[in-house]
Amino acid sequence: MMKNEDRQMRPVIRERGQREVFCGLTGIVWMHRKIQDAFFLVVGSRTCAHLIQSAAGVMIFAEPRFATAIIGERDLAGLADANEELDREVDRLLQRRPDIKLLFLVGSCPSEVIKLDLGRAAERLSARFMPDVRVLNYSGSGIETTFTQGEDACLASLVPELPAAASDDPSLLVVGALPDIVEDQFRKLLTDIGIERLAFLPPPRSTDMPAIGPGTRYLLAQPFLTETARALDERGAKRLSAPMPLGEEGTTAWLRAAADAWGVDERHFDAVTRPGRDRARSALQSYREQLEGRRIFFFPDSQLEIPLARFLNRECGMQPLEVGTPYLHREHLDRELAWLPDDVQISEGQDVEKQLDRCRAQEPDIVVCGLGLANPLEAIGVTTKWSIELLFTPIHGYEQAADCANLFVRPLARRNRLVV
Amino acid sequence: MELTLWTYEGPPHIGAMRVATAMQDVHYVLHAPQGDTYADLLFTMIERRSERPPVTYTTFQARDLGSDTAALFQNAVSDAYERFKPNAMLVGASCTAELIQDDPGGLAEALDLPIPVVPLELPAYQRKENWGAAETFYYLVKSLARPRAESPAEGARPSCNLLGPAVLGFRHRDDVHEITGLLAQMGIDVNVVAPWEATAADIARLGDADFNVVMYPEIADTAARWLKREFGQPMIDVVPIGVSATCDFVRAVAEVTGIDASLVLASNVSRLPWYSRSIDSTYLTGKRVFVFGDATHAIAAARIARDELGFEVVGLGTYSREFARDVREAAREYGVEALITDDYLAVEEQVQALQPELILGTQMERHIAKRLGIGCAVISGPMHVQDFPAAYSPQMGFEGANVIFDAWVHPLVMGLEEHLLGMFSQDFEFNNATQASHLGGGSRPADGPAKQADTGETVWDAEAEQALSRIPFFVRGKARRNTEAYARERGLNPITLETLYDAKAHFSR
Repeated sequence: MMKNEDRQMRPVIRERGQREVFCGLTGIVWMHRKIQDAFFLVVGSRTCAHLIQSAAGVMIFAEPRFATAIIGERDLAGLADANEELDREVDRLLQRRPDIKLLFLVGSCPSEVIKLDLGRAAERLSARFMPDVRVLNYSGSGIETTFTQGEDACLASLVPELPAAASDDPSLLVVGALPDIVEDQFRKLLTDIGIERLAFLPPPRSTDMPAIGPGTRYLLAQPFLTETARALDERGAKRLSAPMPLGEEGTTAWLRAAADAWGVDERHFDAVTRPGRDRARSALQSYREQLEGRRIFFFPDSQLEIPLARFLNRECGMQPLEVGTPYLHREHLDRELAWLPDDVQISEGQDVEKQLDRCRAQEPDIVVCGLGLANPLEAIGVTTKWSIELLFTPIHGYEQAADCANLFVRPLARRNRLVV
Repeated sequence: MELTLWTYEGPPHIGAMRVATAMQDVHYVLHAPQGDTYADLLFTMIERRSERPPVTYTTFQARDLGSDTAALFQNAVSDAYERFKPNAMLVGASCTAELIQDDPGGLAEALDLPIPVVPLELPAYQRKENWGAAETFYYLVKSLARPRAESPAEGARPSCNLLGPAVLGFRHRDDVHEITGLLAQMGIDVNVVAPWEATAADIARLGDADFNVVMYPEIADTAARWLKREFGQPMIDVVPIGVSATCDFVRAVAEVTGIDASLVLASNVSRLPWYSRSIDSTYLTGKRVFVFGDATHAIAAARIARDELGFEVVGLGTYSREFARDVREAAREYGVEALITDDYLAVEEQVQALQPELILGTQMERHIAKRLGIGCAVISGPMHVQDFPAAYSPQMGFEGANVIFDAWVHPLVMGLEEHLLGMFSQDFEFNNATQASHLGGGSRPADGPAKQADTGETVWDAEAEQALSRIPFFVRGKARRNTEAYARERGLNPITLETLYDAKAHFSR
């Protein structure tokens, strides 16, 4: 058995080939629901517009709070014109949507390749529209970001905007977009533990930005927030090292990291978390029976793969084979890596054809993969779980531990039910 | 720059993918960043295809831009050839790669592969998906097709190619089956269907057919014109959607082949004509319909709506700019101005202004309809998973007309239900605020007086407003619009009960 340090430094397959992943623009699909007075304007091509629409399914329940300013031939001819055009589109947009208080100009592959400076555009537009509307910029381009890194880039762009804390008194910031219900649960647990000064990033409204300063300690609620963490560190905030709050064990350790930093008495911590821990364990019981010993293979997608593999292994008895991740942040995931069994193969980056060969050769019981791969794998008899659902479904925290397990139970159970 | 919320068509390389994926042994190497791989899900999720599209993406990253993206592309082409052993290859760039100008065509040619390699030039900042599909199909045909090897044997059955059906097409799978059957009934063989399930070798023998059937002009028109020019193959471009159009199609085919069409026409098995004449359909008379879709389906739908179901076409439009002229021409026939736009909000605005009773549109219009509480049937792509029904559901031919009758009539309020709603509009579960039974439960969006209040134009007094609220919701919009127009013309403000009934009398004349 390896020591923790060895597990953290375990060998990793690094591949360079065709990647089968979304770009960072996809994050807009959930981020625009999370920050309710923000609008996301992608400056890109028809492909960008088509991607977001396709990734979201066609969900036109209301006029969405995102749009694409599609670059045309004329914009390519002269960047000065492109800037003028952009200003004009922003004008029109803000006139139509006076409810918008925060506008993100989101960079794309084409806008980056033609070097359209959206940072300067954001400054220029901010100067014009402040204080009514703040204009920020980040890149969701596929040449820079993979899938969830779009959320990271978005949150990182918010950090310099956060007001400075009035004092250096300790406060806790939970970082990463969480479903409202999970946020409420965490807020209650952390408050009950005894943490009074508590805030979440992103906030539900851009006008409620949490204050930050050297007294700020932060907990990452998602594993993909590299840039946001760096920006927070620059503001003097300090990261509390913890595994991700997935499963009973992960959630407890995550909460405990905060409790320890606040010097909370172990008995009090235990009393606050006990009901949730017990509920999570008992709810997981029946799912564990169905998942025990099942072999699981992860294609890289959201960077949630490693924490999920850890949860499914330690709390559900599954056996992870290969765990692919688009990007491996060893420091943020140190606790997770220490918890993964020795024989798990981690892979970073992707060559999708070779990875499919490995996947088929290992004959896993279930494969976690993106939407492009799922049906083709099902068609050759491989059970799959779409990874995007893990972003759209509440899976964090005690009350969702069993829901998270059930996401993996259902495809397996379905295959058992069907006789055709 | 053009602000877009939702788009009807993807970029042109998606069109190329639809052609490549429809075929059996063609591989497409696309110079593109990783995000562009989202396109796979269109095929595997929306059409539930059991195989990944035959597409290799180079997935270059920012760090590659400074170094050698050209080598990356060449490696991708070599690897794809080795792994998939296709019989023809398409190479091209998506929007981002177009900007870095690596010349995929030249790079692939330099590799000297032992198969035909067809370079695609699809300007992503000017053109869109359907154009990309047409262009790809045209390039493939132009590169691979050969003229007829030998003249047909004496007395051989006439043969044709079916051109245009592709992946992610609206009912293409079933239309191919239906039209193949119809032609067989006429004694005509199908030489090749393309791109649908065709091989590179099939494309090579397109020239062996006597004529071409252009099933979907959006995809096949360019290629069919080239075949006509180069090989002298006549093209049939009558799209057989609807009973009348199917009969026209049969006659056009008969003319080209010299076959007697009367037997097939006499055996017209569609139930649509009788269903439409049956007494139950009286209530369909003059229903106001708004039609929007790709040009082929929109034009066909308008004709069926007016001539075969007795509706009134109050609006007709398309997002297919390439075929704007045809749609404008058709619109003139219905006395309406064609709406040529790919702006979903412009479509919504027109629907709101026209207050139709039925929308024949795409999935986008289905959402508009849902929001406005109007019945809707989907007649055209862009595709949604619901547009790939498990059941055989062609749009073309006589069976297609049956499918269309059902699909368009079911979303409407039925004749007797309409009367009952009118008689008992105050009934507690039958009242105006509830959704018609066929539209599912839940309350409808209010179409209350708020709008009038803020435009400051016409005001309804309380009595008139109440009377208006007793009019069944599916004609209320029309009543409101007519009354307000009537009042405006005569300078009547506010609208009273008298105005309402005067207007009713005026418009029923």
